[in-house]
Order: sequence, then structure tokens, then C-alpha cells
Amino acid sequence: MRITQGTFSFLADLTNEQIARQVQYVLAQKWAIGIEYTDDPHPRNTYWEMFGLPLFDVHDAASIVIEIERCRATFPNHYIRVSALDATRGTESVKLSFIVNRPAKEPGFRLVRTEVEGRGIRYSVESYAVNANSEGSRY
Amino acid sequence: MATSNGASPSPVGDAKKRYTPGVLKYAQMGYWNPDYVPAPTDILAMFRITPQEGVDAIEAAAAVAGESSTATWTVVWTDRLTACDVYRAKAYQVDAVPGTGPGTTTEQQYFAYIAYDLDLFEPGSIANLTASIIGNVFGFKAIKALRLEDMHIPVAYLKTFQGPATGIIVERERLDKFGRPLLGATTKPKLGLSGRNYGRVVYEALKGGLDFVKDDENINSQPFMHWRDRYLYCMEAVNRASAATGEVKGHYLNVTAGTMEEMYERAEFAHSLGSVIIMIDLVIGYTAIQSMAKWARNHDMILHLHRAGNSTYSRQKNHGMNFRVICKWMRMAGVDHLHAGTVVGKLEGDPNMIRGFYDTLRETETKENLERGLFFDQPWASLNKVMPVASGGIHAGQMHQLLHHLGEDVVLQFGGGTIGHPEGIQAGATANRVALEAMILARNEGRDYLAEGPEILDAAARWCSPLKAALELWKDVSFNYESTDTPDFVATPTAS
Repeated sequence: MRITQGTFSFLADLTNEQIARQVQYVLAQKWAIGIEYTDDPHPRNTYWEMFGLPLFDVHDAASIVIEIERCRATFPNHYIRVSALDATRGTESVKLSFIVNRPAKEPGFRLVRTEVEGRGIRYSVESYAVNANSEGSRY
Repeated sequence: MATSNGASPSPVGDAKKRYTPGVLKYAQMGYWNPDYVPAPTDILAMFRITPQEGVDAIEAAAAVAGESSTATWTVVWTDRLTACDVYRAKAYQVDAVPGTGPGTTTEQQYFAYIAYDLDLFEPGSIANLTASIIGNVFGFKAIKALRLEDMHIPVAYLKTFQGPATGIIVERERLDKFGRPLLGATTKPKLGLSGRNYGRVVYEALKGGLDFVKDDENINSQPFMHWRDRYLYCMEAVNRASAATGEVKGHYLNVTAGTMEEMYERAEFAHSLGSVIIMIDLVIGYTAIQSMAKWARNHDMILHLHRAGNSTYSRQKNHGMNFRVICKWMRMAGVDHLHAGTVVGKLEGDPNMIRGFYDTLRETETKENLERGLFFDQPWASLNKVMPVASGGIHAGQMHQLLHHLGEDVVLQFGGGTIGHPEGIQAGATANRVALEAMILARNEGRDYLAEGPEILDAAARWCSPLKAALELWKDVSFNYESTDTPDFVATPTAS
């Protein structure tokens, strides 16, 4: 399977040139870039690990792509996402978030059904990779 | 600038004369005051009035002010027991509507601005607000037709309302979806599917790439599918699709029912099954909507509102109320999603008017903008933003136009445009998602995506066969009819 979180997961993986153009867009809006990685891509895992603090004071796309490359070199088999952080009053949240690295093989998720009263079911989603291995060696 | 078609009477100043039993004109009773400067805490309303033959425009405006606040048809001495000057609404400006009256095909209409003191209204009650503003007054004989065009709600009054249960920002955070419109579809056929078959449509569409699927407005609990069955099958579909994609997915479970008790029961069941969103119809009424908004805030639930019924009073230009007023009331009442037009789809919608609705739902403050039908400045006092929903006759081939007209914070709902795909529902959903992501990518890259839209879509269709099939099938579909609800003011090009 292919995890389709993020703004561009239905497209082919972005090249560094494409990533640089998106980063350029983010910088032009005066948003900050954050780089995050995880090997637990559960749909409700909000807090991926931060690859350093958000790059509030980096204003050129090339330097940010270098930072993304550094993250990839450190975590080649992790999911890595780039998020745009907007501090504007009334927003103060993420404005764009896309995956820039993913493991070669994505085993996906199992839907766990716990049958409860009547015909009711409590659902939970479990990652095969997370169940099989400990943090850091899942992919 | 006051315009009238005759001499209009001014208020009777002398108290003894003013309160002599009998009948006075509304303007004489104090409901017309051209010198009145609205207070920052006043609620303002702007009506389009078509007076009866021979009725002076200012008297008509005063009558609207009177009948929507304190007046009755005759002088009453009991006014003198109150601070009646404060409680009287004041018509303070009357303008002839451009493009109406002699020399045009439309009878003469007037825009009347009326100010209401804050203390005329109960805090936090849309029902109370509307009982005055659109209560008796629309049936008033001296007026041939009346339309509530816009309102200004002061911050002081806004702060007595909860506002959207979730709001655009938190909705996106909960769904973990940023930087693009959300994608949805309404299950079709809207009536007749069994719960099991219905859930199949939901699963296919969500797995294929949509974020949401939606019950239609009239899907409640019918012989072919009772509500519990629908909820159970839909949530199986939602969770199965979530596991298949790694994304948060949702289905708007319509909880509309005959009584509040039944609605709460359905909402509780949706909550117990883990749904992220429920849905109500506008026809349940303002109080029921406010109750469900409170329930939704207390249950971490997104609240979708389908505007079923609105066109009965919002579409015709001379009567009823403009949809932008519904947008304001619904933002106050506390819904998270509201259908607000597509521009290019099958349902009514002038681009400027729809922009005004979208701005009203999404901005932290809107400025007066006559071209967009916004007659007042409106700060939103930190009330959450409502996500507009574009639904009805839209398809992947219009993606560049949709993004241009509607922006990023919108749910694009492709019902037929997903389910009607020749290769199946999953393929239809994938076509829409690929078209959308390709367009966002191009926009962010700084391309002129509106002009180059067809090229951008064709390029994506070269590697995405479902998109290719969708573009081929629907390439000639458009709905070019004239709008009935059009702006009264158009931009005049300025010399540069």
C-alpha cells in the first residue's frame, strides 16, 4: 500500500526541484518550514519527531532542501514530512504538509474490530510495521 | 443620501401631540431618523423594499423599522412607561436601488438601513434575533415585497454566541489535511439503497481518495434503510478505508429527525461508533441547529449543515432574504460546514455573490464590498471559521476554475463526478484527488493555473488513467444559466 497522508501523496514522489518550488511558495507566504520524521505513521500520530526546530530564520529554499537531505541521510527508511507553519492570527496552524521520504515497502495497517454489544464494533487501526518491530527498526 | 418619491413626514417632537390616541405615520412615530448615527453596539439590517403603489419610500422604511421592533398600527400610551426612544428601531438611510424604477424592467426598489439597539435582543439566540428581524414584518401590507439583504452584527452580540463547534483550523488539525481543498461526495442514488449497499459506495469513494462521503439531505430513517443500519455500515466503510490509506476519513451521518430527542440519540450513536462528523439540515430550525452545535462542541464532533430549503426564500431577488444573512446566522449558530455554492456547478450562483458568502464564512473580518453584496464591515470577534462546501454538478475537469473561484478552504463535493465514473467509484475518487493535487502543486509553483488548467490536467491524465477517463467523459459538461441573485453594483473600470 501507499500511505496517502499529506498534500501530494497521490502524485509521484516529488523530486528535489519540485520540493524546492513548494518550499519557495511557503517562504513567499512568510510561513516557517518544519521537518519531521517517524516510523509510526498511524493516521492519528500527530507528533512526529522534529528534525530540529522549525526553520524560522532560513529564507532560501536551497538551504532548506539541504536540511531535508540531511534528514533523509539520517533516516533513510523513515517517513519524512515538510510542514508549513503559519503564525497569522486566526490561523496559527499548519498550512501545507507533504511527505518527502517514505520507506520502500509500506506494509500498511490492520483494522482491528472489537465486537461489542449488539451489532456495534469498536474499531482501531494498527500498523503492521509497528507491531512487528521496535522503534527505529520498523522499516 | 435619502431618496424618496414624495414628501415624507418627520417625527412629531411634542410629546402631548405624539401620544394623542389615533394613528400616525411610522415616520412620525420616530422610526425614521436620518440624523441617527448607529452606535458601535447596534445591530444593523439592510432591507430591499418594494413599496406598494403610492407608499412613500421613507414611510415604508419606517414601517419596516417599526414592525420589526416596538411598533403597532396605532399610538399606544404605554410607550411612555418605557425608554421607547431607545427601543424603537431607526431607519436612518434610504437609497434607490440601481437598475430599478422608471426606465428599467424592474419596479422601483429601495435599500433601507435600519439600526436596532442591542437590548432588543436576547443574548445567544438566533431564534430571538430572527423573530424580530424577519418576524411579522414580511407580511406587512404596505410593502409589496421585502428582502433582508445584509446585517451587521456587533462584536458585543457576537460574543454571546458559541460560533462554529470546531472551525476550519481545528477541523484540518483533527483530519491532518492541509494545503488543499477537502474532497467529498454525496452517496447516490440518494434514496433507495440498503445499508449494506450504501456502505459500499462510502468505502469505494474513501479508499479511492476522497476525505468525506455524505448522506444527502433527505436520508434520515426510511423503510429501505433505517438509521442505525446506515451508521453501522458507513462506519465499517470509514474505518476500513482509513486502514487502507493511513488517512483520517469521515462520513457525514445525517442525524436530522422529527424531534430533538431523536437527533441526540442518533448523534450519540454516531459518537459511540467513532465518527468524526455528523450532519443536520437547515430545515430543523435555528434553535435545533444551536443545540446541535453545542452538542458537537461537547463531543469533539464536526457539524455539517446542508442548506435544505434555503432557496425557497433566498433565490428571488425581491423577496425573502439573501443567503449571506444565512451565512452570518449559521456562523453565529455554530455549524462547521455550510453549502455555499459552486459558481460553475448546477445550482444557482453568481461568482461575486458566492465570493461574498465564502468571505463571510471564512474571514476573520469582512469589509463593505458592494460588488460582493457585503453592505457592512463585519469583524467576526474570533468566532471560528466555517468551511464552505461546494456541491452540485462539479467534476474534475473544472478543478482549476474551482480552485480559482473558491480557494483552498472548501470541501469540493463530486457526487455524480465520483460515482458516475465509467471505471467505478474508486477510479472516480482517484481522478478527483489526482486532479486536485496536480492543480495545487502547479499553483504553488507559481504557474498561471487558471489559464493552464486544461494542460495541467492533461499532463496528469497521461499517467493517471482514471483522470483521463473522467476528463473524456465530462469534458463538455457545463451549466451556463443566468443567475437570479446578482449584484446590484458592478465595478467601474478606473482610468489608470
